[in-house]
Amino acid sequence: MVWHRNFDVFLNTLKVNFFPSLLEPILYLAAFGFGLGGFIPSIEGQPYVNFIAPALVAISIMNGSFFECTYASFVRMYFQKTFDAIVATPVSVEEVVAGELLWGATRATINATIVLAVISAASLFTAVPLVSSPLFILVPLIAFFAGLLFSSIAMCFTAAAPNVDFFNYPAFLFVTPMLFLCGTFFPLTSLPIPAQGLAFAVLPLTQVVNVVRGAIVGAVEPILGLSVEAILAYSVVWLVLATVLFFVMGINLMKKRLTS
Amino acid sequence: MVSNEVLIGASGLTKKYDNYTAVNGIDFEVYKGECVGFLGPNGAGKTTTIRMIYCFLLPSAGKLEVAGFDVHTECRKIKAVVGVAPQEDNLDPDFSVLKNLTTYARYFGISKDEALKRAEEQLKFFQLEEKRDAPIMSLSTGMKRRLIFARALINQPQVLLLDEPTTGLDPQARHLVWDEVRYLKKQGVTIILTTHYMDEAEVLCDRILIVDHGRIIEQGTPKQLIEKHVGKEVLELDYDEKLPVLLKEAFQSARIERLGDRLQVFTDQPHGVFEAFLQKHKLQNVMIRNANMEDVFLKLTGRGLREE
Repeated sequence: MVWHRNFDVFLNTLKVNFFPSLLEPILYLAAFGFGLGGFIPSIEGQPYVNFIAPALVAISIMNGSFFECTYASFVRMYFQKTFDAIVATPVSVEEVVAGELLWGATRATINATIVLAVISAASLFTAVPLVSSPLFILVPLIAFFAGLLFSSIAMCFTAAAPNVDFFNYPAFLFVTPMLFLCGTFFPLTSLPIPAQGLAFAVLPLTQVVNVVRGAIVGAVEPILGLSVEAILAYSVVWLVLATVLFFVMGINLMKKRLTS
Repeated sequence: MVSNEVLIGASGLTKKYDNYTAVNGIDFEVYKGECVGFLGPNGAGKTTTIRMIYCFLLPSAGKLEVAGFDVHTECRKIKAVVGVAPQEDNLDPDFSVLKNLTTYARYFGISKDEALKRAEEQLKFFQLEEKRDAPIMSLSTGMKRRLIFARALINQPQVLLLDEPTTGLDPQARHLVWDEVRYLKKQGVTIILTTHYMDEAEVLCDRILIVDHGRIIEQGTPKQLIEKHVGKEVLELDYDEKLPVLLKEAFQSARIERLGDRLQVFTDQPHGVFEAFLQKHKLQNVMIRNANMEDVFLKLTGRGLREE
């Protein structure tokens, strides 16, 4: 029901919500893929544009869900007092927060599907198709669960946020670094070995990039001498465990904030 | 009709925060069909008590039952039969007036058609039909208060909690709210309201609880409270230094209060004593009026200003 509320708002504001998310991947693809990519011979034997296309899908998952459950959730909770109004009905605090998280995951799925459509269409202009594995069909599913993870992490920040400016910290110190350092616009192997290990071991976007790249091009960038199977298995397990952990944590922290 | 069935019962109800106690071990009962007013200065614990009744806040100690359900364990059942009109505006600015009601109805699991039917009825009653499709931002304060009230009725509640329902309303809108409260009372809805307007409490409430510093300091019907604490009539006149002595002589048992440059004389003697006094002494700017709840309230909670 909380999900439904947010969905209704999304439909009402389709124009401002849909078109920007359509335009952004086109710009990235044009600027980095076709513009900058023209100066880069190839990465791991594939054209640069093919390297970044799956990463754009992963980034759209992160941005869609993270910003939905930080700024947007905070506005609903703090300024609009929407949560206060809902918890006066039979809906519980836990359900309100769970609804927000599922909605964040849905936004991620919508965004990722749009970007997937954009890169599929862009394949018309590339030497090698940007989407080359039949597993691409799994992208919406991956997007939903990865979106749930970023939503849940975001919700933990929202539970701690004293005001809306607070989100500058996670946005610039957490999201922006991941945007560049998780095997998105250049391979992880370009980083010093310890940084490679760190990005691979702990940063959520690295795992999402790995899994999405695996689904879209059927291969991942080799790192630290590990096999493709080992990398993918690690990323999938990491994502599942982290999603469960942060989902529970996000709900509990929000409950603590809203009921005291 | 007020029955003798207890619908809301609290005993030793307490809400503590880190460094202060908002509600300090209160006991009260609200009977089915009754309209009870919680009066008290800012920070007395009124809103905290209301919030515990609809499970928004969990009590730190004590018992609280609403419609036979325990607030510690059966919140969902309580919230299904309670309607809440909070003090602050928490209407959904992302939706129109009508959509606010139907979306809210959905949280109660009310079907789409039924929700639409009830929403239209409420809009009609609260004279908001013309604003049906208007965004919340375009509503006046009075319209927003009425919509919040309408929203609280969407689940046809047994218990209605009205937290300062008329604050900031013009007299017309205030009377519309009063009419609705009276109508609901006739329908057998049990109502708890908080207010800072003493005339409102006097007109609407069967019984009044006066709270201060987290405790109930007095309770009774408006009439009982007025007679007990301030008597029947009040004499108000301009202050003059000779007057207190004169008044003390004339009304030995009276309570005399000075408020800036006015004097108020309270007495429990029957009607007419003040007229006799005024015939003997020619005084300017004099008024004899009926004693009211405001006199009771100020006597019991003092005149000092309270901060939130």
